[in-house]
Amino acid sequence: MATTQLAATTTSQGIFQTQFDPYKVREDFPILKQKVHGKPLVYLDNAATAQKPNVVVKAMRRFYTRDCSNIHRGVHTLSERSTKAYEDVRVKVQRFLNAADPREIIFTRGTTESINLVATSLGRKYIQKGDEIIISGMEHHSNIVPWQLLCEDKGAVLRVIPINDAGEIIFEEYEKLLNPRTRLVSIVHVSNVLGTINPVQRIIQTAHRMNVPVLLDGAQAAPRLRVDVQELDCDFYAFSGHKLCAPTGVGVLYGKAKHLESMPPFMGGGDMISSVTFARTLYNTIPYKFEAGTPNIGGTIGLGAALDYLNELGLENLARYEGELLCYTLGKLSEIPGVRILGNTPHRAGAVSFVLDGVHPHDVGTILDQEGIAVRTGHHCAQPLMERFGVPATVRASLAFYNTKEDIDRLAAGINKVKEFMS
Amino acid sequence: MSDLHGLYQEVILDHNKRPRNFGKLEGADRQADGYNPLCGDKVTIFIKMDGERISDIRFVGSGCAISTASASLLTESLKGKTRAEAEEMFERFHNLVMGKGTKGIRNALLGKLAVFSGVSEFPARVKCATLAWHTFKSALEGSAQTATTE
Repeated sequence: MATTQLAATTTSQGIFQTQFDPYKVREDFPILKQKVHGKPLVYLDNAATAQKPNVVVKAMRRFYTRDCSNIHRGVHTLSERSTKAYEDVRVKVQRFLNAADPREIIFTRGTTESINLVATSLGRKYIQKGDEIIISGMEHHSNIVPWQLLCEDKGAVLRVIPINDAGEIIFEEYEKLLNPRTRLVSIVHVSNVLGTINPVQRIIQTAHRMNVPVLLDGAQAAPRLRVDVQELDCDFYAFSGHKLCAPTGVGVLYGKAKHLESMPPFMGGGDMISSVTFARTLYNTIPYKFEAGTPNIGGTIGLGAALDYLNELGLENLARYEGELLCYTLGKLSEIPGVRILGNTPHRAGAVSFVLDGVHPHDVGTILDQEGIAVRTGHHCAQPLMERFGVPATVRASLAFYNTKEDIDRLAAGINKVKEFMS
Repeated sequence: MSDLHGLYQEVILDHNKRPRNFGKLEGADRQADGYNPLCGDKVTIFIKMDGERISDIRFVGSGCAISTASASLLTESLKGKTRAEAEEMFERFHNLVMGKGTKGIRNALLGKLAVFSGVSEFPARVKCATLAWHTFKSALEGSAQTATTE
């Protein structure tokens, strides 16, 4: 599958052969130039949110200083400009995901809302008592809790694919879980903790043989892999703009038109209707049926600018460079005695989670911060996964294309300092 | 690294490595569980009362250096104290790590616990220091619910 190979084949190619200059790219991100506790910032918390390049901030500034208006309702010039800018982004997202039709792109607040939309709308109509929904043992809470709420409401059952020590789903167990009561498979494309790239194409093909639709949580995958929803043949794909250099508060749900058309609205309000009387309300067509109320217009414009920016740098270049940097990171960290990396699948992208012998991740995080290094510590909204690996928390370093080899060297030096300090 | 030495004072590092009064307390009359959902730190405090006085106190749990040392030093400083004295210490400790009041007032009567004064400079770590104390309070009050720092 095209999406998994970019990161996975980098070892055989050797590292740092990409014609990509992260140092030049860093010029686009003024935030990276600052010092934290007197040391140049090393930002390795990209799985939480990515930084925003100048062009994104500039596009939003332009919108708010020139075009700001509500969309889809005014006949005046500003409203027409805003509406066009907003709808242009829908087409950009369609191209980004290679969706068949822009009507299949719904703007949401983020991945969490996208998943909740499906759980609520599809769930309300199609899930009944005794039905089953399959997720995996490496899901983010946002791909666990919406299904638990639905199951509780409907008397449905949540089934969980177990994962092995390498941090991969156990495919045979997944096949065993699929049965005639299965109504949906909802699984993460790339794990936010382990960085594992799941074999989503196989997962989807297997589910489709039983006529079961599949939702992919692409929060970590969309910024790192080339995603082609038609090639994947997924039924739904959810991602957040802010992990992709866009502002916070805007995300996307892709859904096949045939599903979206049959699903009831998620939220009621303005813009999602075609006519309202007190006796009966007719809903708007897709995608508007799912976009009640004034959306995050400024954020959406920012998302459009972020996609343009990433396309200009070349999505394949970015993925390849990040794959190389990930290999370097894994090598560097595994050289440090006392560091234990969670999972060792070769199919990975983005994030590396580790624990350090005898030092709690929280202490590692505080000491690294004093060195100017931003990592995430905690359970990363994946408590069941922490339990699976028998750790209360981990330290997570997560990469973006503007990170450099020097950032990773600083991380390694920082970890050695932690060991020294806490010994 | 001077700020770090303010946070991780020698006494804290020592109590993290060799926590005192660690383990279950047989015959405890009260106990409570504490949990910090942010970092997954867990602590259970056991108390044995002799009238109004804490005759014995122990803890189990897992957490970062700050939370482990805090639980350890809590048990050391509360053993033998009366309920009223313990409640007073709770208030003082809370003020200390929140950076409230003047330094002299804060440190008075806290004894060794004053090593946590550096915590107030690290807002993200305040809850690590207070988890054991909130848990202790629930145990003292006989509350069955898991204490949190929220």
